Amino acid sequence: MHWRCRRSVETAHIQFERLAEDALLLRFGERIDATINARVQVAVDVLQHRLPSLECVPAYASVLLRFDPLAWRDADSADPHQALERVVRAALDAGEAPPRPPRDQEIPVCYGGVHGPDLAEVAQRLDLPIEDIVVRHVAADYRVAMIGFAPGFPYLLGLDPALTMPRRADPRQRVPAGSVAIGGAQTGIYPAELPGGWQLIGRTPRRLFDVARTPPSLLAAGDRVRFRSISEEEFRRLDAEQNR
Amino acid sequence: MSVSVLKPGLLSTLQDGGRPGHAAIGVGRAGAMDVPAWRLANALVGNHGDEAALECTLLGPTLRFERAAWIALTGAPIQAHLGAFELPPWTACQVPAGSVLQLGGMAVGCRSYLAARGGFDVAPVLGSRSSDLHARLGHERGRALLAGDLLPLGHASALHESGATDTPRALSWRLDPQPWFDFAPAPITLLRGSHWSQLDDASQQRLYGGDFRVGKDSNRTASRLHGQTLRLRAPLELISEAALPGTVQLPASGQPIVLLAEAPVTGGYPRIGQVAAVDLPRLAQRRPGDAVCFRHGTLEQAVARLSEREQALDVLLEQIAQRLQHDGHTRA
Repeated sequence: MHWRCRRSVETAHIQFERLAEDALLLRFGERIDATINARVQVAVDVLQHRLPSLECVPAYASVLLRFDPLAWRDADSADPHQALERVVRAALDAGEAPPRPPRDQEIPVCYGGVHGPDLAEVAQRLDLPIEDIVVRHVAADYRVAMIGFAPGFPYLLGLDPALTMPRRADPRQRVPAGSVAIGGAQTGIYPAELPGGWQLIGRTPRRLFDVARTPPSLLAAGDRVRFRSISEEEFRRLDAEQNR
Repeated sequence: MSVSVLKPGLLSTLQDGGRPGHAAIGVGRAGAMDVPAWRLANALVGNHGDEAALECTLLGPTLRFERAAWIALTGAPIQAHLGAFELPPWTACQVPAGSVLQLGGMAVGCRSYLAARGGFDVAPVLGSRSSDLHARLGHERGRALLAGDLLPLGHASALHESGATDTPRALSWRLDPQPWFDFAPAPITLLRGSHWSQLDDASQQRLYGGDFRVGKDSNRTASRLHGQTLRLRAPLELISEAALPGTVQLPASGQPIVLLAEAPVTGGYPRIGQVAAVDLPRLAQRRPGDAVCFRHGTLEQAVARLSEREQALDVLLEQIAQRLQHDGHTRA
């Protein structure tokens, strides 16, 4: 869905799940799908605009709302979920979200070599030349579907289906910060040194998460992302610039 | 101005009310595992309420107070000595400058809280002083205490007008730890989760009727339960979505996992249950090897119990503040 399209959300097909005393889940579907995820992003925009006291946590096909259940018990209802559900439905039905042009983010990546130790194996298993993997990975337009797993870790939609690659049978204990990886039909970037089972094809010198920065996360759900292939030399130069 | 860590204990971390509002960028809340115990410890030393306290796990640290301080211990009963002086729990105690507090083991329970007047005043990260061990956020990038650490204490007036003494002493009164700590563990209330109906019949019965044990591989992220294996009628293919403290997940092993304060912000396992919020601190006090059994409750009941607990806690916090004021103490 393009951002200029209709910016409200029909609530008829949203399932509301009461997960906990302080948590209500809005489910838009059961699949990893760009259209469903676009509806999630619009719903988050509307809710954050109209109900800023709620914490909204977007995922592929759902939004979690965290709220204070004791504050949502009103005169009409001792049931805070019912009260919240009513207000959320009304907000989504009525609510045109303010237009939010997606942010465009370019991520420089040094593919292969020490930075992408699995690239050669991925190429071999997909029966594609290494250059072809890089060209395909760089050519695609990606969307940040959600941030999860670790602070600032983006799950990106838009991977060329030809690059779909199962996770490693033996996950690594330490994946270096900045590693760009493929896990199934998704691609993502490790924001810090973490354990992980995705296939590492390259590495970016950009810092994805830094608490000293506002906002701390480079990427947010809904952002458009493109990768740009850089040389080892440029990787070192950009890396050094960020350390200054 | 500070507290020196002589021995770190098994897993001692600074915790406050946590770091809400950042799950959309992958940052969980963390915070104290036993929130009422943490709040009461702060109240006993006249703090405002959201100060960071030390959460000790199973075996506490040894600390030297470089200046005089008022401190309080709550949560699991823990051995606590200042030289020959045995520090009573659930009350405020004055410790002289230079004294060494030795915290030992816990007879029962898993987590004790040490609050100090003025709070442990490390730099907040994203609005909280909680250590998130998994995300490496908080004091010293969210790691547990190590020997040699220096923990600054916040500026605070003396709790008692009579000023400093060179011997430790406690207030003349103390709180009843009950109902804030379970000396005889009762069943934990569990709401049915989104995928509860996908459990096979025998597993539905085992979840609510069976005895589980807290596994050794439990931590601040999750209690891993052993003793009963649960099965789904058919495997479920789920996509990642937001996760919560209190959620009981069922991985392929069939051993349920209860997410706790340091729950990851997203997860993709079936959710078979949700621990009632009022019972989460009680579960957090079960140590590896302790028994856990669940009884069924509804969300409506859980909200009502949460409301009752918050009211009872508010009343007690107010009574503590009044008692301190009556005794001539002031807020930090």
